[in-house]
Amino acid sequence: MTVALQETRRGIGGTISDVFFARPQLLTFLLLTPPLLWIGVVYIGSLFALLLQSFYSLDDFSGVVIHEFTLSTYQQLFEGSNVQIILRTVTMAALVTITSAIIAFPIAYYAARYARGWKKALFYLAVMMPLWSSYLVKVYAWKLILAKEGVITWFAGALHLNWLLNGILGLPVIGGPSLSFSYLGTYLVFVYIWLPYMILPTQAALERVPANFIEASADLGADPGQTFRTVIFPLALPGIVAGSIFTFSLTLGDYIIPQIVGNSRLMIGQAVYTLQGTAGNIPLAAAFTIVPMVIMALYLWMAKRMGAFDVL
Amino acid sequence: MSPAVRFQNVSRRFGSVRAVDGVSLDIEPGEFFALLGPSGSGKTTCLRLIAGFEQPDEGHVEIFGETVEGVPPYRRNVNTVFQDYALFPHMTVGENVAYGLMIKGVPRAERQAKAKEALAMVKLAGYEDRRTVQLSGGQRQRVALARALVNGPKVLLLDEPLGALDLKLREQMQEELKTLQTNLGITFVFVTHDQSEALSMANRVAIFNEGKIVQVGTPSDVYERPTSRFVADFVGSSNVLPPEFAGAHGGTATWTSLRPERIEVVSANAAIPSDYAAAKGLVSAVSYQGAVTRVTVMTEKLPLVATISAGTTLHKDDRVMLQWPKSAMVAMGDDA
Repeated sequence: MTVALQETRRGIGGTISDVFFARPQLLTFLLLTPPLLWIGVVYIGSLFALLLQSFYSLDDFSGVVIHEFTLSTYQQLFEGSNVQIILRTVTMAALVTITSAIIAFPIAYYAARYARGWKKALFYLAVMMPLWSSYLVKVYAWKLILAKEGVITWFAGALHLNWLLNGILGLPVIGGPSLSFSYLGTYLVFVYIWLPYMILPTQAALERVPANFIEASADLGADPGQTFRTVIFPLALPGIVAGSIFTFSLTLGDYIIPQIVGNSRLMIGQAVYTLQGTAGNIPLAAAFTIVPMVIMALYLWMAKRMGAFDVL
Repeated sequence: MSPAVRFQNVSRRFGSVRAVDGVSLDIEPGEFFALLGPSGSGKTTCLRLIAGFEQPDEGHVEIFGETVEGVPPYRRNVNTVFQDYALFPHMTVGENVAYGLMIKGVPRAERQAKAKEALAMVKLAGYEDRRTVQLSGGQRQRVALARALVNGPKVLLLDEPLGALDLKLREQMQEELKTLQTNLGITFVFVTHDQSEALSMANRVAIFNEGKIVQVGTPSDVYERPTSRFVADFVGSSNVLPPEFAGAHGGTATWTSLRPERIEVVSANAAIPSDYAAAKGLVSAVSYQGAVTRVTVMTEKLPLVATISAGTTLHKDDRVMLQWPKSAMVAMGDDA
């Protein structure tokens, strides 16, 4: 009697499995092609179209886009109010990013190093839950909190701290008639909304720092401060940079938060929104869109040069 | 002169578990000392108590006569070679080795020179600029060693230093560590669960079981004169004879250890020399192990294992006589 060396094939599913087993690259190809096409055509393609638009210009009298290569649109970017918009947005994005990083680090560190079991679950819940509710709802909630008749004013009154609130609102540049009509308010909402995007990558990076690195540096004579500077921070840096890419670029491009909470001075996102809508100035809108991309590219290049990605 | 490391009745609890339970121990300066025991026996916790990663709940730890209670690891003059080396991935090999000197504020040129020297000592000259991920397990081990030694510690602690290496490399590193220790004259304390490693490298061995030290002595002490069934069984393998059997076969009526290599297998009707004891039995297993063959013989009362030099014509169910010198029987006491 002979023993069957091969199992009998099991239907069409089995045949398909056998084909993929014999050609692993085929499966990879089939899985990657649709998303790559999506990214390639829809995303890169539209980016390229945008880039192209920014080299056209708008005829001021007729309001018609002139399809001829020119750098005049980019020149407009560097004129008076437009430069102001860019500087204002970049400053805001930088401050929001730095603040997020400072607030996020201790939370991420606690979660990565000490939280276990239900505490860890609670951490994820607390960080992720704000992401479950609508962005608009959160921004309007903040508007209510920050408004002149809002919670903060009420508390300031109840605690007899009106002088403090008024003092803060009286500060030049960042102040305003109320928190919801000031740069300070915009900044607070930005930090709140983007904070999870800073916490999660930082926590993921810290999670990969083994506890015995900290013991090893202590063993070699480093006190906790030195261990932080020479071991923990450098190893967490790729995570912080990843998080800052989120907070920085999201702030650069956002047009809703400054619209709802803030004064009437525009940010890049609002400028793009207005220019491509009511003004119909697609070339200048496109040129404005290129600004955050150039800034991000510069930022990543600098981070790379500073060795932020060496441990990846 | 005060001992390099002194434990006085030290206990360390984790929750309800007594990881270290009333340990007293003196390690002399210049010793190559092994903490040997199965996993969970408290040996690693003892090492961490010396390094300063743990603090004793009770008792007292001294390093060169100075009490170290409450002294954090970064203010102790001891260095550790970690089990998985814990090399910093964001630094080169040279930066890793110079790390301790950098922290102390040694000028760059000087610490680079010292790191170079330390790397040469562990036979990794010229590896300064490599990244640690490019190194093999054995090379990482050497870098970890150089990184610890460059600080000139008074005591070097090694946690399962050779555990992750393959057999050939392990034997080579055993010899190198031994040579290094002899040349430097630094006290080495290492933790291992591998009894052959402890016996071959250490001057003295402390054997741990369930948080307590069960025996301290030279390798030949603990191997040839175990004082308990646990030691007899854990260090090498041994036939542990119950009191009745030992009393009836030329020993004293107490728990007794008999090493397999001291037992000879002879024909069932052989004459027994006067200073020998003997037992008859049936061969129940023959296991070829290269240099030696292990023969298990079922005697009337209990199975005995004998190791004989390789090449035997014995088979399962052969009727044989086992004989051994009475002097090979080591009485271990009743409470063992």
